[in-house]
Amino acid sequence: MKIEINHQSINMPAGISILDACKSVNINIPTLCYLEDLFPSGSCRMCVVEIAGMKNLVTSCSTQITEGMKIFTHSNRVIAARKSILELLLSNHPDDCLYCDKNNSCELQKLSAELGVRNRNFSKHSIEKEIDKSSPSLVRDPSKCILCGRCVRVCEERQTVSAISFIKRGSQTKVTTAFDGGLNTSNCINCGQCAMVCPTGAIVEKNNIKDVLAALSDPDKVVVVQHAPAISVTLGELFGFKPGSDVNGQMTAALRKMGFQFVFETSFSADVTIMEEASELVERIKKGDKLPLMTSCSPGWIKFIEHFYPEFLNNLSTCKSPQQMMGALIKSYWAKKKNIDSKNIYSVSIMPCTAKKFEAGRAEMITGGFADIDAVLTTREFAKMIDMFNINLAKLKPENADDPLGKHSSAAKLFGVTGGVAEAALRTAAFLITNDDSKVQEIREYRDLEGIKELTLNINGITLKTVVVSGLANARQVLDDIKRGIKQYHFIEVMTCPGGCIAGGGQPFGLDKNRIISRMKALYQIDKNEKIRKSHHNKDVAALYEEFLMHPLSKQSHELLHTSYKARTGY
Amino acid sequence: MNNGLHSMENYLSGNNLEYFKSCLLPGVVNPTSKEVAEKLGTLKNDSVDKPYFFIGAGTCGLGAGALHTKKTLLGLLKSLHLNYEIIEVGCIGLCFAEPIMDVFLPGKNRLSFGHVTSDKVEPIVHALLNHDQAILSQALFQYQSDHLMKWENVPFMEEYPFLKKQKRIVLSQCGIINPLSIGQYIAQSGYVPLAKTLKELTPIEVCDIIEKSGLKGRGGGGFLTGKKWKFALSTPSDQKYFICNADEGDPGAFMDRAVVEGDPHKLLEGLIIAAYAIGASKAYIYIRAEYPLAIAHLEKAIDDLYLWKFLGSNIFDSGFDLDIIIKKGAGAFVCGEETALIHSIEGKRGMPRPRPPFPAVSGLHGKPSVINNVETLANIPAIILNGSDWFNSLGNNNSKGTKVFALSGKIKNTGLVEVPMGITMREIIFDIGGGPKNNKLFKAVQIGGPSGGCVTNEHLDINIDYDSLKTIGAMMGSGGLVVMDEDNCMVDVAKFFMDFIQRESCGKCIPCREGTKQMQNILEKITRGRISEKGNDALDRFKGILQLEELSNTIKETSLCGLGQSAPNPILSTLKYFRHEYEAHIFDRRCPSGVCSELVNFEIIEEKCKGCTLCAKKCPSSAIKGTPKAPHYINNEKCIKCGQCLKVCKFGAIIKN
Amino acid sequence: MSKQNTSPSVACLLKKFPKANRGDLIPILQYVQDSEKFLSKSTMMEIGEFLKLPLSKVYGVATFYNQFKFHPPGKYQIQICRGTACHVEGSSAILAALVNDLKINAGETTPDGIFSLEVVACIGACGLAPVMSINGEFFAKLTCEKIKHIIQSFRDKETAHE
Repeated sequence: MKIEINHQSINMPAGISILDACKSVNINIPTLCYLEDLFPSGSCRMCVVEIAGMKNLVTSCSTQITEGMKIFTHSNRVIAARKSILELLLSNHPDDCLYCDKNNSCELQKLSAELGVRNRNFSKHSIEKEIDKSSPSLVRDPSKCILCGRCVRVCEERQTVSAISFIKRGSQTKVTTAFDGGLNTSNCINCGQCAMVCPTGAIVEKNNIKDVLAALSDPDKVVVVQHAPAISVTLGELFGFKPGSDVNGQMTAALRKMGFQFVFETSFSADVTIMEEASELVERIKKGDKLPLMTSCSPGWIKFIEHFYPEFLNNLSTCKSPQQMMGALIKSYWAKKKNIDSKNIYSVSIMPCTAKKFEAGRAEMITGGFADIDAVLTTREFAKMIDMFNINLAKLKPENADDPLGKHSSAAKLFGVTGGVAEAALRTAAFLITNDDSKVQEIREYRDLEGIKELTLNINGITLKTVVVSGLANARQVLDDIKRGIKQYHFIEVMTCPGGCIAGGGQPFGLDKNRIISRMKALYQIDKNEKIRKSHHNKDVAALYEEFLMHPLSKQSHELLHTSYKARTGY
Repeated sequence: MNNGLHSMENYLSGNNLEYFKSCLLPGVVNPTSKEVAEKLGTLKNDSVDKPYFFIGAGTCGLGAGALHTKKTLLGLLKSLHLNYEIIEVGCIGLCFAEPIMDVFLPGKNRLSFGHVTSDKVEPIVHALLNHDQAILSQALFQYQSDHLMKWENVPFMEEYPFLKKQKRIVLSQCGIINPLSIGQYIAQSGYVPLAKTLKELTPIEVCDIIEKSGLKGRGGGGFLTGKKWKFALSTPSDQKYFICNADEGDPGAFMDRAVVEGDPHKLLEGLIIAAYAIGASKAYIYIRAEYPLAIAHLEKAIDDLYLWKFLGSNIFDSGFDLDIIIKKGAGAFVCGEETALIHSIEGKRGMPRPRPPFPAVSGLHGKPSVINNVETLANIPAIILNGSDWFNSLGNNNSKGTKVFALSGKIKNTGLVEVPMGITMREIIFDIGGGPKNNKLFKAVQIGGPSGGCVTNEHLDINIDYDSLKTIGAMMGSGGLVVMDEDNCMVDVAKFFMDFIQRESCGKCIPCREGTKQMQNILEKITRGRISEKGNDALDRFKGILQLEELSNTIKETSLCGLGQSAPNPILSTLKYFRHEYEAHIFDRRCPSGVCSELVNFEIIEEKCKGCTLCAKKCPSSAIKGTPKAPHYINNEKCIKCGQCLKVCKFGAIIKN
Repeated sequence: MSKQNTSPSVACLLKKFPKANRGDLIPILQYVQDSEKFLSKSTMMEIGEFLKLPLSKVYGVATFYNQFKFHPPGKYQIQICRGTACHVEGSSAILAALVNDLKINAGETTPDGIFSLEVVACIGACGLAPVMSINGEFFAKLTCEKIKHIIQSFRDKETAHE
């Protein structure tokens, strides 16, 4: 249909919103409560536009174009209205931008600058509200909340957890847990998707930089660090690199500059995870027992099952996540090798994930009297530390990780994207079943951002029904189908965050689909380029088993690298 | 006498007719037509065979003591060993005269008495039974009839000043019939329109009739009802819903309450016809929990409808099924907004959503749903019965039919007023309402509740219809009219409405949630006491006024729903017509009407005070101190400015400044 | 998952809604509050489990509406109307008189648990403003004087019971 935007006549397909129509011709309308894939709520009113012939301004996110519509996106009236709305928000908002975690990445701040808000026209009436620090992963500051509802909707619709909701009404409205208790009293799974969509600093991750800095300057501590596969293809975005660049070498160099004495890669232990899990899968298939096997590397997913589907706890792989396996190996295998007293090791991990902070604190994650991991930093915190140390990432010469926990197959790198764990596991499982390395290479059917991907493989007469899931609304659907007997699988990979770790709750703010796709493509490119593409080809992993663990699922493996789960209450 | 049955016989037949007769005369096997006709005659109350007493027992009546009246009456009649009937009826709408008791003696017209507190019962009953004419001077009016004896010197109902200019369609039976008796409703030709609809008209024909009649939504929206129905009818769906909005959230409005309490079947009949017209098989009545009596009457009426098979499956053998479910509101004004109401029925927080899609296309559970107000639906049976031309002939060219107004505040005759559209405000306030009470000066009448504006002296001759009111910055709203006199402060009224909006705002959108808070702050600054007055505070306050106007624009233009869009109206209206009052508050720091408590002080003049302690005894907040025979003094911090002390002081020693 | 201690009364009340879904949440909350007088934490948890609704949603809905109480009310619940007509006829003075008499603010209950005071939205008896209701009984055309007597009569009823 023909419409007019700012006096320009354009043809548009029917059925799209004014917002989308304008975006398609590069006219950007500011939004605050808008989330691309969710039904527009119309609550912030920032996206209002003027329509010829209509008395009031309309929200472009929720109004569809009609034939002959005349739209004005930036008339005086519209800009005055947007400015007024912002000013009203600011009258209720704390002024401590300089001290806020979201300084420079806050959407409210950005809009105020764009709209030129320079006067405080309205009296301040913000009320001091208690900050919720109860969760190991996330910190909530209700006084910064602008009640846009994004976090509530993401928790409810994308993750189907609903740990937080709106309570009360009017000026008393608050986003909080049931009974307004701390996050740790609720069934929050710590995934941090809420923090990813929060436009202000109302929900941010718990900041552990202080602890790490303290350890780094402690002369008695040996500070070691590992970083997750997804991070090297993401971090560059924050330092001027093109999205999809792999800055692994520069990251390693940066970490050493900061004072980390040993830099390992979680991809190494991801290979170990595959050795253990693929063996576990083969064993369960042989016994016909506890199927489907469900992956266990996503701690948000684990807590989700513990709350909502405890009947499936036995289906979870008993493998720890790569982060935790690495932690356990560092303080046993590596400490022994280096003759370092484990109590002096301070083990840090850098993760694209906020739930990993929770995972590191789980009671089961203590091995031989030592916590596997001492501190977890998100990608965002890591970037902050690079800034703190005034390191120019682009100018660093790439360095290699430390042996023997630094080398990895490209299958391990695929852990960062949805479908990657399954691909890696099946490459090794196929070998374990057939002793033939040519059976499974790339599994292209897993390689997109769809939420549920089913695939049936046939390996030497064994039928393997698999499904790859990301986003817990999808996980719920799959589990319900299994409960109802509609579906049966042998192997299920679940990642809490839609798209996998590359879109994890600890990644840079703003879920830009294009950037996520670049990160995904980067991982597949790495896989294409590497020589060692399967976990069981990792020589250092082979050495680990030979010297220390004996074989996958050995007693030693079980003690160090496997864990248990428990049903949880909490609402 | 036969009309009710005769009409029904046209539409019912065979088993249905037999069942209908058996419902009318429960326990009687195979009642004859003559028996049925006689029963209908009795139900019609055209004449009685023994004394009938009708007690107005709507919420108003109860509040005025109607139950005590009834108890006294019962005791008296028992002691007189008389045959009698006592019937509790709803509100006739003469709130100023509650409790109301009607006496209907055999052979004579029904007689209506007002202010019948329990002490007045015996004198009235005795006088009437003993043919003592003197008591008739206390009567309000008598009901007209062509076959009963009239009372001397008692005006007929149609001549009674409060009722003379009214045209009662919606309220025609309120306060007159027993609301709990479906038989009485049928005797007045009730459910004949329904029968006619189901037997003779198709849904589109019904929509056409209603559209042609010109009926517009009486909840305040003013949208053409028939047109709205057609949107829903033309949207294909496996399930459609009809929702009656009986939330009546506007403070000052009680029209719907009276209809549901006093004549629930009229509403239900309109609802069933409406559901048929759009093809809905399920209807909801969303009624506020603050109306327990109305809910109880509605429940009984619906139970009876199922019993009589006027609800359920295959009504009147027409193939039309309908279930009606009552949903109680839980205390949220915003749930009067269509999409918020729908969310409330769905078990969610009552928050509105952007429209389009409109409820008629995608509403409750995503299905086509029409929401209409109680008064709108209560008009339907009469329109079907008398035709669209008849309805069209009432009112004026942009607003057809009648409107029920709830008249309250500083006026002599408070109550319910149903008048043809187009009548002037002056006629309502002065001719019907009797003008301000206590000889005070009329100041303004607030119309449209928290979304509306005020009509002042200069506009009293405005015609009340949907369009004219908008030209002076007011709106019809649901029909609440609150009269204010010289003792009311318009700034205080604006503050009152803003407090209300702030409390009732759902909080979803920024302009309403934050914008009205700012407006509330500004008004509070204006009415706050001079505790710590700084140099530029007055300028700040004046800036605040200018800001009010700017802010009002933003809120009106960008709010998500009607509550927000109309929230600034009371302020804009009072600012327009009473700017001088605002300025007195801002610059002179005084409240001309003596209302804003922080700007008003009561003082005892020492020289005049005799120390009689009467004021101290009467003070409800114990703010007056002093020893007997010595001058007393008022502690202004404890004083609640109720003015009791001023009233009781015999020595004029107390002044208000 | 451990089950919460089920109070027998609430479970019985929930039996009245055999095929309940989300649309029944508000009627259920109303029905349970009618019987229990208020909604406790455990009550809401039971209702959430019964309807398979996240508790944050149950709490979010309950706190949205004025009607729901989360603390035990007094034996006599005084509800004073804050409608326009009542305001215009001086209901703020009536409220102040009540506050002074009962020594509690609106939204509170007297320490002896006898009276609780609430300001409610329009009761719909505007013709007889100012209006209040106590446990459903309506009192109209109030004055500060009348208030004193009404409250006293309830107090007398209480002492007569003892």
